Parts: sequence; C-alpha cells; structure tokens
Amino acid sequence: MLKKLTTAAAAIALTTGLASPAMAELNGTLKIFSDMSNPAPRAVMEGLASDFDALHPNLTVELTVIDREAYKTQIRNFLSANPPDVANWYAANRMGPYVSAGLFEDVSDLWEEPAIADNLASTKSAMTIDGKQWGVPYTYYQWGVYYRKDIFAELGLSEPSNWDEELANCQKIVDSGRACYTIGSKFLWTAGGWFDYLNMRTNGFDFHMQLARGEVEWTDDRVRQTFANWRQLIDMNGFVANHQTYSWQEALPFMVNGEATAYLMGNFAVSPLREAGLDDSKLDFYQFVEINPDVEMAEDAPTDTFHIPAKAENKEAAREFLRFVASSSVQTKINSGGALGQLPVNAQSSVDADKFLEQGFDMLSSNSPGGVAQFFDRDYPAEMAAVAMEGFQEFMVIPDNLDEILERLESVRQDVY
Amino acid sequence: MSNAPQASARAKTFRPGFMARNRQVITPLLFLTPGILFFLFYVIFPVIQSFNLSFYKWDGLGEAEYVGLKNYKKLLTDRAFEVSLWNNFKWLILYLLAIPAGLFIALFLNQTVTGIRLYKSLFFFPFVISQVVVGLVFTWFYDPTFGLLNTILEQFGLEPLNVLGDPNLATYGIILAGLWPQTAYCMILYLTGLNAVDPEQIEAARLDGAKGWRMLWHIIIPQLRPATFIAFVVTIIGALRSFDLISIMTYGGPFGSTRVLSFYMFEKALSEYGFRMGYGAAIAVVLFVIMLAFIAYFLWSMYQDEKGAR
Repeated sequence: MLKKLTTAAAAIALTTGLASPAMAELNGTLKIFSDMSNPAPRAVMEGLASDFDALHPNLTVELTVIDREAYKTQIRNFLSANPPDVANWYAANRMGPYVSAGLFEDVSDLWEEPAIADNLASTKSAMTIDGKQWGVPYTYYQWGVYYRKDIFAELGLSEPSNWDEELANCQKIVDSGRACYTIGSKFLWTAGGWFDYLNMRTNGFDFHMQLARGEVEWTDDRVRQTFANWRQLIDMNGFVANHQTYSWQEALPFMVNGEATAYLMGNFAVSPLREAGLDDSKLDFYQFVEINPDVEMAEDAPTDTFHIPAKAENKEAAREFLRFVASSSVQTKINSGGALGQLPVNAQSSVDADKFLEQGFDMLSSNSPGGVAQFFDRDYPAEMAAVAMEGFQEFMVIPDNLDEILERLESVRQDVY
Repeated sequence: MSNAPQASARAKTFRPGFMARNRQVITPLLFLTPGILFFLFYVIFPVIQSFNLSFYKWDGLGEAEYVGLKNYKKLLTDRAFEVSLWNNFKWLILYLLAIPAGLFIALFLNQTVTGIRLYKSLFFFPFVISQVVVGLVFTWFYDPTFGLLNTILEQFGLEPLNVLGDPNLATYGIILAGLWPQTAYCMILYLTGLNAVDPEQIEAARLDGAKGWRMLWHIIIPQLRPATFIAFVVTIIGALRSFDLISIMTYGGPFGSTRVLSFYMFEKALSEYGFRMGYGAAIAVVLFVIMLAFIAYFLWSMYQDEKGAR
C-alpha cells in the first residue's frame, strides 16, 4: 500500500520543490491526531499521512482518526496528557482556550517564511491571537444558498439579489405548496448560520463582530431589526415545519424530495445532495442576498487548521508537515472535487473545475468586501454561542418569545464578557 | 473440645504471633481491602473532588479560581437549572409507573401455557437492548413526517403531533420511551418474586373466599414486598440518572425543555460549548444530594427490615 503511494508522493515532491535538505534528516515518529472522520475527509487525511511518510524514509507517520464530534471534547485531554505532534482544529476564537492555556505551539516562525506568508495571507488574521500565529489552515468552504434550479425554473423564478426579490420569490414558493428553506435545528448551529447572514446583511460585518466581542447589547434596536427580517421569512412559513426535531442531514430529504427549494448551508452539503440524485442541472448556488444596501457583503467561511501541541515531541517533523499541508500543490490536491470538495486557502492553488467550488471561490475572493467570518459558534465565545443558538431555535419555533429571548441573551452577555 | 488441653499446652511453648491472635479481625479486613480501596479511589475521592471543584471557576485547562458559593448563587437564578430540576421531578414521579405496569405484566405471564418462556423473553426484550436503540426506535416512532404515531393519529382523523419538537410534550415522550425497558425490568423482578409466593397461603385465602383484587391486595402483594422494594430502588435511581435517552432523542432540546440535571451538568462541564467545570460540579452536587436523600432512605429501611428479621 505504502509502496504504491511512494511514486505518487515522489511526484508531488518534485512538483512542489519540497525536496529541501531538511527533509532527509527527519526521523523518529510523527503522531497525527485528526478529526477528519467522515469517509471522504478520512481518505484525504490517510493520503496526506502516507504521502508524507513516503517523502521521509526515516520518519514513521502514525495517524489516529477520531470521530469529529468526540474530538471536540477529547482534544482537551490529549493536548495536556498525551499530545500528538500535529492536531486538527479550527481557526479564530475556537483556538482561544488552548492558546491562553499554553497548549498550542507558537508557529509565527512558519508564517515568516515567504511560502506561507505570501500565499496564506487571507487567513492570517483568523490564525492570529495576541499578535502570534498558532497554526496553518488547510481548507475552508463557502456558505450560501443552495437551491433547486429545476423548481425555480418551473415556478419562473430567478436568483434573487436583494431582500425584496428574496421575499417575492419565497411567497411564490410557499404558494406552490413548498417551503422556501429546509433547515434542521436540533443541534442548534444551523440556526446560528441564519443569524450570521441576517445580522451581517442587516448591520454589517463590523457590527456582527462587535456583538461577538460583547460590545453591543443584545436588546439593541439593530439586533431587533435582524430578528424582524428573520421573522418575515418565518411568518410566511418560509421554513420547513418541525425543523427543531431534525439534524442538518435529516433536513436534506426535504430538499431532495422538492418539499423545500433551498438550503442555507456550507459547501459540505453539496456532496450528500449530489449523492441523493441532484445533479448540476437541478442544484445551483447563489450568494445570500443583500438586505441593507448600506453595508458591504460579508461571508461565513469556516477555516479548518493544523496545529502543533506545545508538548509535542517531534516538533521539527511537525513543522515540516505544516509546510507540507500549506503548500499550494497539496492544497490543490486535497481540496479537489474528488477529495474534500472545498476551497484551498493557498492563493497559488487552483480550484477544481466544479460549479460550486468556482462560484464559492469567486464569491469569497471578489464579492465579500466586508470581511470573512468563521461561523457563529467559532466567532462568539462558547458560552454565549450555546445560549444564543438555543434562543435562535426558540425564536424560529415561537417568534413571539423574542423579547424574553433577547433579555436572556443580554443577561448572559453581561456574565460572559 | 478435646483439642483444648493440647492447644494450651502448646501455647506455653509457642506464643502465637500477632496474625494468629487477631485472625478473626484481620481476615475479613484483608478480604475487604481491595474493595474498600477501589471504592475510596473511584467513588469517595471523586465525590470529594466534585464538592471541592464546585467552589471554583475552572475551564479544565488553565488555573482554577476560587469563587466560594458563587456557582450555587448562580444556580438559583438559572432558568435552565430550574427547568432541569422540574424535569427530574417529572421523571421521578412518572417513572414509578413502571412498577405497577411491571407487576401486572408479571401476573399476566405467571401461568403455565405452552411457550410461556418465549413470551416472557419477548416481554423482557426491551430491557436487553441498548438505551440508544430504544431512543432511536422511539424517535422514529414520534417522527412528525414519517413516524408511526402520526400515521395512526391520521387514521383516526386526529391532528399530527410533533412530540419531541413540542416543549410541552417532549419530556413526557422521552419518559414513555424510558418506561418501556424499565417496565420489563420490574416485570422480571416480580416474576422471580412470584415464584416465592407461598401456595399454602393462597390455598388458605381461597378457602376463606378471597379472589380477584382482594387476593392480590391482601395476599400476593404483601408477599412481594422484597421485589417491590428492589423495583422501587432501581426505578428511582434509573429516573435520576436518565441521560442516554435525552441525549439521543432530543439532545436537551427543543430549546432546553427536556434537560434534566445530569444532562445539564454534562452540557455545562463536558459538551462542545461547556467546560465550565465548577458550575457543572455544582449541578452534580445538587443531583448528588437528591440521590443521597433517596439512598439514605433505602438503606435506613433495609436496616430496619434486618433488625426486624433478627
């Protein structure tokens, strides 16, 4: 198995110019813990490990893949008790607890190397805490509205670009006996995505981040305006009923069966939708519409990262691995449609000829002047995010409780910050 | 007796060692030591640690900060804690329905017809399968789109229900799912209890003209008292530690309406958005005190029974 991959890895080494003198000296073992447990990401991660293993004959790469959800709690234990040399995690506020507890290695030195500094500049701010960088990104993906092109055609609708068109479209969809949007809010975070977009479009990226930092009251009129816009969609039955009972995967069939026409989701939804039989003639994508013309468009693009635990044993090999995954050719390869199906962070990488990846790449590189957010539960402190997302779910089911919900969030805000 | 003179004769020459003299005390202590050590290390020590932790603010990584009773004060105004406590109370009361239900199934199955063993096994089946599976089965049963429940309701021309999505119904929906295996457990306890019922007393009661409910109430149930006691203990404790079903069926939702103390503690201390160890420990302490009250009562009544028997 490994032998077969050696030739492929050697080819990569040649094309990337990774064959630096340092690599021959790497030895010992490199322990990698990864949360890429879904089938496609898992294959990518296993490929990365064996390629890197093949590149360094004296180095043994040991890969442990941990279930993605379980990883989120296990990382605390293994970072302090039994640290690997490289570990997966997420950018922005999510790194905060580990950085402040001194469990992540400062990798600012890597970010001074031109290969990383020049090509990964777009995510540098998301990787920075206290003026230092704590890891490297390997992939990110766009969020936006995935919709049933065939149903839009049947109803004579076109992609909306502002809120009025959006509401007009939605009314026609509801009149045809469908819901405009499917969503499964059982695990709450999907509602966080809706709040991100509605708030960024209503009040702008900077306001959204002020709210994340606890500088604005949740009972502020601008926040209420966001919820008022949300309520327009809720009141016209724009969302599927009983969404509080479903996970995001369980909400997919509504769209596949044509009971709902669109899904505000990350690009990872494309693969299951395609597998369920929606080919490119039936499935399309548009950027979440403009609501307030005075604010610049901003997008959610969660970034996944690699880090070196502070207590890692083989930091030299770990740094080399970070250089490896940050390189343009590796990022091109692992993000291709057949692999992760996401966007490479490295500016020198090329995007696969995939309708959704191309649209996402264009949107993020040219039509998101306001800024790029990570995601509600990555930008907002954990405690705030948990209570807020529960409030969003409650609001979507019982919109009349809004005042009570906002007061609850406000009292939590005063506690948390 | 005949050995006594010999033993005393030997005692003059060989003084028995410390071990030999205290054999009666040391032997049981030695046998108990491993158990006591494990109990201290895995039960008592963590309990003390939890109590201690509940006075701190700690994220599980950095330095813990002493905050005194602040965590407990916060619990008093925490709406989610109030909901959890109230739900625990609902679980305690409604879960007890498993006892009479188990008794009646046991009475029904306590007969000799062909294949009764098979029927007994089938009734016991829900207790054997994992709680996770029970949770999934009931989640599908309640599913608002394709669930069996709504299909049945539709047959009768009733409005469809989203049991697990309705904050007023969800907890009852989960308790019902929990009753399914718990009833089977109580049934087994009563079936074994019924084997020990004295046939002569039944004969005597029958001669005196007792049958039906009077027979059950005055003759059978008093003899089932040990089984009832155990059923009571396992059901109360089962109700207080309900966690798996909630985690599988609703994950505490919709908007936190199905949380119980154990789940809330997990959420605050160990879940993805948690890691407030001190606050979680404070919730655990409250749960511990409630459990302790019940367990103390059980131990006390067991002690009374043994004293009576002696």
